[in-house]
Amino acid sequence: MNAGLDTGLREPGSPRLPRAATRRPTLAFAWALALLVALTFGMPWLKPLFAALFPQLDRPMYEQEPFAALMLAHIGLVALSSAVAAAVGVVLGVFVTRGVGREFCSLVQTVVAMGQTVPPLAVLAIAVPVLGFGEAPALIALALYGVLPVVHGTLAGLASVPHAAREAAEGLGFRPLQVLARIELPLAAPLLLAGVRTSVVVNIGTAAIASTVGTRTLGSPIIIGLSGFNTAYVIQGALLVGLLAITVDLAFDALGVWFIRDH
Amino acid sequence: MIELERVSKAFGGAPVVTDLSVKVARGEFVVLIGASGSGKSTLLKMMNRMVEPDSGAVRFQGEPAHAMPAELLRRRMGYAIQSTGLFPHWTVAKNVAAVPTLLCWAPARIEARVNELLDLLGLPPGVFGGRYPHELSGGQQQRVGVARALAADPDVLLMDEPFGALDPITRGALQQELLRIQRSMHKTIVFVTHDIDEALRLATRIVLIDHGRVVQADTPAALLARPANDFVADFMGRTEAGLRLLALHSVASRVRAGAVAAGAPIRAGASLRDALSLCVARGVDRLAVVDAQGRPVGAVFLADVVAAPAP
Amino acid sequence: MLALLVATGFGAALGLAFVSHAPNRLVSGAGVSLVQALGSAPGVLTAALLLTAVWLAAAVFTRPTARSHVLVALASALLIAMLAAAAGTHAARLAAGSAPLARTALGAGFWALLLLCALALGDALAAMRWPNWAQALAWAAAAAPLGAMLAFGVLDDVSLVKEYTTRREVFGAALVRHLEIVAASLAATLLVGVPLGAALHRHERLSRPVFAVLNVLQTVPSIALFGLLMAPLAAVAAALPLLARLGVSGVGLAPAVVALTMYSLLPIVRSIDAGLRQVPAAALDAATGMGFTPRQRFWRVAVPIALPALWAGLRVCTVQAIGLAVVAALIGAGGLGAIVFQGLLGSALDLVLLGVLPVVGLAVLADAAFSVVARLWVGTQPGALPGALQESQR
Repeated sequence: MNAGLDTGLREPGSPRLPRAATRRPTLAFAWALALLVALTFGMPWLKPLFAALFPQLDRPMYEQEPFAALMLAHIGLVALSSAVAAAVGVVLGVFVTRGVGREFCSLVQTVVAMGQTVPPLAVLAIAVPVLGFGEAPALIALALYGVLPVVHGTLAGLASVPHAAREAAEGLGFRPLQVLARIELPLAAPLLLAGVRTSVVVNIGTAAIASTVGTRTLGSPIIIGLSGFNTAYVIQGALLVGLLAITVDLAFDALGVWFIRDH
Repeated sequence: MIELERVSKAFGGAPVVTDLSVKVARGEFVVLIGASGSGKSTLLKMMNRMVEPDSGAVRFQGEPAHAMPAELLRRRMGYAIQSTGLFPHWTVAKNVAAVPTLLCWAPARIEARVNELLDLLGLPPGVFGGRYPHELSGGQQQRVGVARALAADPDVLLMDEPFGALDPITRGALQQELLRIQRSMHKTIVFVTHDIDEALRLATRIVLIDHGRVVQADTPAALLARPANDFVADFMGRTEAGLRLLALHSVASRVRAGAVAAGAPIRAGASLRDALSLCVARGVDRLAVVDAQGRPVGAVFLADVVAAPAP
Repeated sequence: MLALLVATGFGAALGLAFVSHAPNRLVSGAGVSLVQALGSAPGVLTAALLLTAVWLAAAVFTRPTARSHVLVALASALLIAMLAAAAGTHAARLAAGSAPLARTALGAGFWALLLLCALALGDALAAMRWPNWAQALAWAAAAAPLGAMLAFGVLDDVSLVKEYTTRREVFGAALVRHLEIVAASLAATLLVGVPLGAALHRHERLSRPVFAVLNVLQTVPSIALFGLLMAPLAAVAAALPLLARLGVSGVGLAPAVVALTMYSLLPIVRSIDAGLRQVPAAALDAATGMGFTPRQRFWRVAVPIALPALWAGLRVCTVQAIGLAVVAALIGAGGLGAIVFQGLLGSALDLVLLGVLPVVGLAVLADAAFSVVARLWVGTQPGALPGALQESQR
């Protein structure tokens, strides 16, 4: 599955490409965030609406846990796994583009390309029989799968650094670490961040499915609703997951704009 | 100041530089010239250890170049390349301030230096300081590149075909600026080019390189008047050598004081080649000469212009 | 790098369980190392495996030349086959001596060694710089012995294969259903997406809002979109009984196909837009000058030039759909995802693999098929003069 970085074609649950407008992304993000917060805390007030839409259900509102708690758990899972994935991915990407690591570059590229044809669910599904049910296997699976887009983005970003800038930096007397930190990484940042963005947004979707393996996330209402034929639960969960993904994606949009403005 | 002693380098089995020795003394403007692939860029890069020679010694100010970390060596030299290599994510001011920042200069000192250099290169800091490289023309970018190379006041400036990608007019202007800077700041410059006219205009000494070996290293006049072999003669332009030789001398060297001639005058600082060209264009055999302020100095005669070159 | 692979390989061979044997499905298995497994393999196999392993190890110390790469590739491929054979024979041996419910599963050691051999093979192929089709053939040749072993029953006692054998019909049905979902969504994508893309290209003003909507759609995770479609589709089915009889309902195939189609819209519309954009204005001008009507210009000039881009878009849609259809099992659509979830919920790795491996295989095959057709028929370079234009120039 293409992470959508170079062809411009994206897979679902994956982020959009950034636009050129400046203020609009921040505004869009603000609106989405407001809506998300409102819905997270205000969902119980929509109970009459769901009761009217689904008169055949005697439990039209998911009340086993507050949605806020689920949202927090979901965000926590995604944030932690994505942070690990981003750190590992960037380090790996940097490692294979210089010195000793160059030998492994084509290998890593192959693994990343192959890995992205595997659906993210599969990594979760393989992790469970091996590692058991619960939070930890889900975390590991999400982190592992999340490394792939980050490495892809890091490699693409580093490749986009103009060769002349690198040569000039070396010739002026920058140490290799300084070349990396002050010249290469800032210039690689847009594509690198695009990779992190893909990783995070895909993880949001996979974390929802992770509720099948014993973690409490926003996917729990969906899964419980599916097995119990309670469409209202499914919609409530799906709305929040979808909105979360959109909000996070817009956040990256806004971040990208702020970043460009600073530099 | 810089000494390369019997250095050799081969890339992937193919020799690029073979048993080459070159000395650059303080205050010289040395031009390394040769055809594409002759090894001149490699030679330049050996001076700041961007390329390490397979054999031979490199010395900087008497010490072996290996005695210090490569980065410290490079910070004592300026480096400017054809594609400028300006950092796209930094402003012009920040680009120029690159090496002083690495050397941990005080911010006030850095700012003063940046403004001084931008002024020196004809880019008013108020206008250009905050711009980004992609907002500048090719010539302006190259000026920033030179400013950046000069920022930390290095003793030596290494330049790898810096004006090669520019149009002839911009190139001429920048060559002029570079000469002016070199003379006023007493810099040592090692300059790589494949353009013989550029070399003749700028160099105090030319090193002609072919297939990784030095063919002749001498003053421009000597290379024109006394080419060591056919290759040198061909390279300097067999039929144009004479005109190029004329371009090296100024009218002032042949003017007859007190003599008079009719017609629009020529400045004493102009080259003999310009004088010859004017004579031919007007169909006259003498020109009035004025100094830089426009006062008459005398006249220059066509016969003197084409006479045997002065020693 | 080969050194690293070989070293890890030895570590895996000695440290990790090659296969694991358990008396029944509920108990976790006892690990069996490679050495032990080889004990029951025919002597020829053991000797050949050891020799090949030693050969690979030796290759680490030789200088990489074209010939050494070929030999490494060969050795890796052979090693893959031999490892599978060793696993198969040992499994057979164990099965012969234990109760019918006992199972022998492929262990971490086997998978690790398989992966390392595959990486070594891939690395050698890349180093030899063979063209893509040759590499594909090499991979097919490496996989052929595995296929033969499967067909001849050498691997029949390995638990993964046993699962397949016991569930053959279920697997077959799931595979067919999976392909149905993908095919239906592709058809719908073409029906909806192609006209939409063409319309957007003509009416630029509409493209901004439509793309914005499609972009947002793409961000929504698949499970969420599946979930959100259930209620509306159920309502539609209730309101229009005709559709309900056709199979539209809130669960199952309908929401899956609709969702997949929605996800395919962005790639398809984008690729059509890109394809039509790259039609050189000069070609269109020439066509007008020659007397083509606007419709002829579109169909005879623009479309052939835009076709490669459309094909690339379809390729992305297909591969994407194959992966997404796995999640669709959650909403009752069936498909290979059902097997994956069954394995997930029952903590049965074999079932999970039985579902995942075919999905990956389908994705790779689809991708390869599309690129082969692209090369042969549609043409990879834009700007090739379409036949109509060439003819009318004569």
